[in-house]
Amino acid sequence: MRLRDSNLFRFIIFVLIPLIVIIICGFSSGSYYAGLVNLFGINVILVASLNLVNGFSGMFSMGHAAFMAIGAYAAAILTLPANQKLISMPGLPEWLIYMRLPYPVALIIGGILAAFVALLIGFPVLRFKGHYLSVATIGLIVIVRAVLDNEDELTNGARGVTGLPNYASTWTIFGAAVICLFILYRLIRSSYGRGLTAMRDDYVAAQTIGINLTTKKISAFCISAFMAGVAGGLWGHMQSVISGKFFYIDASFKIVETSIIGGMSSLSGAVVGSLLMTFIPELLAPLETGIEVFGIRLPELYGASNLIMAALLIVIIIFRRQGIMGYSEIITESLFSAKTYSSVLKKSEYKKLCDIVAHKIKELSSRVKSKGA
Amino acid sequence: MDGFIYFLIQSVNGLKLGSVYAIVAVGYSMVYGILRLINFAHGDIMTVGVYTILVLMTAFGVPLWVTVLLSVVIAIAVGLATERIAYRPLRTAGEEATLISSLAVSIFMQNLIMMIFSPQRRAFHLPEYLSRLHTIGFIKLSTMNIITFAAVFIILIVLSLVIKKTRIGMAMRACSDNLNASKLMGININAVIVTAFAIGSGLAALSGLMLAGEYKTIDPLMGFVPGLKAFCAAVLGGIGSLSGAVLGGFILGIAEMLFAGLMPTDFTAYRDAFVFVLLILVLLVRPYGILGSKEGGRS
Amino acid sequence: MLEINKLSVKYDNIRVLHYISMQIRKGEMVALIGANGAGKTTVLRTISGLLKAESGEILFEGKDITKMSSHNIVASGIIHVPEGRQIFTKMTIEENLKLGAYLQRDRSVIKRNFEKVFSLFPILKQRLHQQAGTLSGGEQQMLAIGRALLGNPKLLLLDEPSMGLSPIMTQQVFSVLESLKKEGITMLLVEQNAYEALEISDRAYILETGNITLEGRSSGLIQDPNVKKAYLGGD
Repeated sequence: MRLRDSNLFRFIIFVLIPLIVIIICGFSSGSYYAGLVNLFGINVILVASLNLVNGFSGMFSMGHAAFMAIGAYAAAILTLPANQKLISMPGLPEWLIYMRLPYPVALIIGGILAAFVALLIGFPVLRFKGHYLSVATIGLIVIVRAVLDNEDELTNGARGVTGLPNYASTWTIFGAAVICLFILYRLIRSSYGRGLTAMRDDYVAAQTIGINLTTKKISAFCISAFMAGVAGGLWGHMQSVISGKFFYIDASFKIVETSIIGGMSSLSGAVVGSLLMTFIPELLAPLETGIEVFGIRLPELYGASNLIMAALLIVIIIFRRQGIMGYSEIITESLFSAKTYSSVLKKSEYKKLCDIVAHKIKELSSRVKSKGA
Repeated sequence: MDGFIYFLIQSVNGLKLGSVYAIVAVGYSMVYGILRLINFAHGDIMTVGVYTILVLMTAFGVPLWVTVLLSVVIAIAVGLATERIAYRPLRTAGEEATLISSLAVSIFMQNLIMMIFSPQRRAFHLPEYLSRLHTIGFIKLSTMNIITFAAVFIILIVLSLVIKKTRIGMAMRACSDNLNASKLMGININAVIVTAFAIGSGLAALSGLMLAGEYKTIDPLMGFVPGLKAFCAAVLGGIGSLSGAVLGGFILGIAEMLFAGLMPTDFTAYRDAFVFVLLILVLLVRPYGILGSKEGGRS
Repeated sequence: MLEINKLSVKYDNIRVLHYISMQIRKGEMVALIGANGAGKTTVLRTISGLLKAESGEILFEGKDITKMSSHNIVASGIIHVPEGRQIFTKMTIEENLKLGAYLQRDRSVIKRNFEKVFSLFPILKQRLHQQAGTLSGGEQQMLAIGRALLGNPKLLLLDEPSMGLSPIMTQQVFSVLESLKKEGITMLLVEQNAYEALEISDRAYILETGNITLEGRSSGLIQDPNVKKAYLGGD
């Protein structure tokens, strides 16, 4: 009997504890740690949606930052008050300047725009196997950055757009994250998703059983870009500042890195990866500003944290290619199964959990004893 | 008439840039041809070469030709080390794993250089005798430019002779045609792959010098985008084909300079973007490049 | 000459060969027969070092080659004509043949082998400078065998040389194998075309889902009712 077999245990670990953390952060908005938790939520959306393409469909996109940028700018333009837009983005058409939409609508429009761009780029590139998509999507980032930095009248250029209203609360972010995870979870369990994985595992065989691969690839790519656009809109309104440099190649790589470390072929991997990649760099951050080790002051090691993460990535790809979670979906399964929630009301579940824990303790103590002897 | 002269000047500038792309693209194409690896770290090897030159020249005052030689040696060493550590263990793991690994290597090298040299942009000056300008008609070329042209020319001829005529060259072509069958011919494919990486890395270091000499500043991320552009050049010319890589490199360089020079000044900032738009358009109309064949793409 | 002892091979954590043992004596032609997916190709690929053995050993002329890399195995005289021919399609026929002689240093030996290949397959001489990809399936098979002969094989491993060929071409390929046999080249022939293979070979092994279930003289096996039923389409 393993702990993970207990629905109650799953409830506690994957629902109750995260919920408590989110509630605490929701009521302490503005604090540094709440900000980190919010960032984690956005990362989950980004990475899980990237996994739909890179993990479940066997393509390899690196362009998530570009889609984020599109979503972030679109959401900003649709929510900023007219007087602010007149100052920083006077080149916008008049109707856009005076248009203000509710935040959720703005997020969705941002997502749709991102998906549309994905369609434009996916159409020429996704007809081919191989990894042209990787290079083309990096190209997309370069293209988007050039537009953002140079269209001063529309985007305020490299100075970026500031003063975005603080709409992206913990509730909004995690609401969006859970919705995205749920949609992706249902998607990969549907016949559509099975078609995608079939394509990933055996391209030729998938073709012969009549899956229209190009349509499938492009649609998956667009869905993924849509979610990245939404995440971009959340990110912008959380940071309140956006500019091209936040959505450049390094940002995109970080999403890819997170996806691989957690496990590309698992939505739960997206959660675990985001958790690690949001918080570990925080622990490594002191290296970059110089820390004292045993009284010796280390010099500022700019880039040390990225360097360590890159090394970790190489180690993972060599020794555990499928990432930490592999193909397991334990987190999403627990989150979206009624059994997890009903277990709270069942007496037998409590007894089962107690039994397992007691058994584990006994096992542990006997192991300690045998080592002692 | 002025317009025409301007067009010519931009074309010559395009040739300069194109020769750099051509040299990087050749190395890129070689490695890609054998391993089907889009080596994202290829451009960063260029950066390694440039920083080596900077250190040796400014800190130790070593004459330039010695530093160039050493930078090639160090670039080769780094290239081979990445192959050994990050790519060889993944030989049987599929294209995607090596692609990811090369991405990680790229991030690693960029940050390592940042850590050692700080992320700041630095000035990079060639010695006076190399940056002196010569005026030929209305075209200005530095000594370095002339050396570069000559070097590109010589390198490409030597390389194509090596590939066509020598035993290792034939082995390289065999490996990029059919890696498994090459093993059965008794070809030591590790030796071939190492050779390809060594040639690619050495050429990257040289092109780094050319690029730095042209732009006069260097920074830890300077190699990445030119590296990708070189890949675009290789795709443009037909990936896996060496003459395709050279052709693609020159076409891309000239197209980029003409775009930058002939478009209204508002658009010059879109140079990099233009290259990738071009790539996407090429994939749309001629996915296997100008000299490539369908089989060459192994798609 | 070749001795395989308790060889097992795993492929993605699934064992596809279960501790098989085989021997091939000098000058002998041995056939390895089995259904699709029985593991025949795996045996050849493991001998030539393309796959790594999980356990067991392969001895060639008394020397352990189990852990050697492919190019060293080729150097010791084992030449593999792979399934699906695997010629170098973008190179010329001449270059393909030269690659076959990649490890040969002695020019006179190379020249002699070229002559031999040309006399066996005159068509190759006519098309020397043509791209190999333009050859027909049967011609590609001839090129693959010719290329292998340029490696000066002590032991020739042949993987389904008749696959995808017309009956006439198949006959031609088998008659070439017959003449090679007369020359005294040791061969291990993997075939689905069981009848032809048993006709031409001295001895045979029958491989079923990674196990050798039967072995013996080919002339005897061809009469065996079980073999007849399973592989020869007889009753």
